[in-house]
Amino acid sequence: MEYAIEADGLVKSYPKGVTALDGLSFAVAPGSVFALLGPNGAGKSTAVKILTTLAKPDAGRATVAGIDVIADPDRVRRTIGVVAQGSGVDIQATGRENLRLQGQIHGIRGRDVEARAQELLERFGLADAGDRIAKGYSGGMQRRMDIAMALAHDPAVLFLDEPTTGLDPEVRADMWSEIGRLARERGKTVLLTTHYLEEADQLAEHVAIVDRGKIVAEGTPEELKRELRGDAIHVDLDGEYNGTVTRALTELEAVRDVTVEGRTLRARADDGGRAVPVVLQTLESHGVRVASVRVARPSLDDVYLKYTGRTFDAAEAEQTEATR
Amino acid sequence: MTLVRHTLYMTLRHLRELWRQPWFVAVTLVQPVIWLLLFGALFKRVIEIPGFHSNSYIAFLAPGVVVMTAMFNAAWSGMALIDDLNRGVTARFLVSPVRREALIAGRILKEAVVVVIQSLIIVALALIVGASFPGGVGGVAVLFAVSALLGSTFGALSNGFALIMRQEEALIGATQFILLPLTFLSTTFLAANLIPKWMQHVADFNPVNWAVVAGRTATSANPDWGLAASRAAFLAGLLALCLAFATNAFRSYQRSV
Repeated sequence: MEYAIEADGLVKSYPKGVTALDGLSFAVAPGSVFALLGPNGAGKSTAVKILTTLAKPDAGRATVAGIDVIADPDRVRRTIGVVAQGSGVDIQATGRENLRLQGQIHGIRGRDVEARAQELLERFGLADAGDRIAKGYSGGMQRRMDIAMALAHDPAVLFLDEPTTGLDPEVRADMWSEIGRLARERGKTVLLTTHYLEEADQLAEHVAIVDRGKIVAEGTPEELKRELRGDAIHVDLDGEYNGTVTRALTELEAVRDVTVEGRTLRARADDGGRAVPVVLQTLESHGVRVASVRVARPSLDDVYLKYTGRTFDAAEAEQTEATR
Repeated sequence: MTLVRHTLYMTLRHLRELWRQPWFVAVTLVQPVIWLLLFGALFKRVIEIPGFHSNSYIAFLAPGVVVMTAMFNAAWSGMALIDDLNRGVTARFLVSPVRREALIAGRILKEAVVVVIQSLIIVALALIVGASFPGGVGGVAVLFAVSALLGSTFGALSNGFALIMRQEEALIGATQFILLPLTFLSTTFLAANLIPKWMQHVADFNPVNWAVVAGRTATSANPDWGLAASRAAFLAGLLALCLAFATNAFRSYQRSV
């Protein structure tokens, strides 16, 4: 299969000896949403800058839509749309002028470029603000404008570098649904970087965890969590049934680590969702009554902890310390 | 063709930006007027110095003010580029297929448009206060052309330095450092035969003086077209170098991101 984005052993260091990328490799299937997840300073933005031809790697190679980013940057630029970490909106121009210019430099002209600008303004809820100077736009509007500009030429591959950083929670939720909508568009590949675990979990089909310039784990959010070997199952019992319960459950294959404390039963299962009916059935057949059941899924935070040996928050704090 | 089109888009963008800052436009237009009248009054009597072969200082000064205004405005061109760098606008252009040359040329053409408008105002004002330009419309057109060349050269340099320095304070310092010495090491205010010998030699290598000399002879009664053409050619050559420098400076910026 030809990948939409392929990075192979990317290395990049900055003056003052900061190593941003230390052999970063990953591949993104066409038409999918792929998230690079990691704390600030993990190297995600550097990876995006290389893939979008803004920066050059010290070593390694990368292709976008099968085109080599180092050998043929101009062709890559025609294929991609980019939303950088900071805004790239010209705040002295109106929204429409921004969109028009983006379309024009991609070779769209005349009536076509006007129609495209109008279409994007409407789609991103900016139709009323389209002829106002972008300086007056709110943070959320500017971010939507950024995405609209990246879509001006209907690119096959879209890069979103921390698209929701610094936005209010409500605006962020709006952005998520917008990005989700983009991803469902035919054939569009989206590479998203984020330091929000929740964001990667919600939007991406594939997640790669980046730590200190390398990918430390990769898979679907579900796969990554499953690798933790198990959801936690909590069952609140309707009375004390210690002996009966343990005997009944230890024989099941679906669960392990069964412990009962008072009225609370705890067990781990590879797949909590599948284990619960089995557990309930077994308990019922042994005459144990159940008050409530809860399955706690492992979060990407747990995954991050497993692969890097530190929690996400600790990594962020460490990075903030290092850049000070 | 792509380059021409991209340059046009960028030029229009910068002109529109300028148009939306009416106060800036006002200052830009009033400034050369002040220079012409202020310096004209200040040095009014220098024509009485023996050896100053001119009977109107304003007529002598006007080409110099045209050139000086062109340089003083265009030399700040890089400031707007630093703004664009800080706002991520430039980075967005660099990941698009827009031609790098157009990103520089658009800014410079905008400066050239401003230079021509300012020059028109200066010449009109000089005519109003009684100066005459015996070289006629053709001579004045040559004056405008060489000032536009000089302005573009400084605009290109300023943008190149903006991409390398990426810091407003540094660019302001560098610009201020060169503007006044270049103005005074020329025949802008005084005839060549009245300035110190060593300054005359320095002035021969000063692009500001090339433009002043070419503009002044073109607007005079007996234009030395050979002189004007040679100085215009020097300016065009220098502009080409500065454009190449500024376009290549994008690499320096890209290494820093």
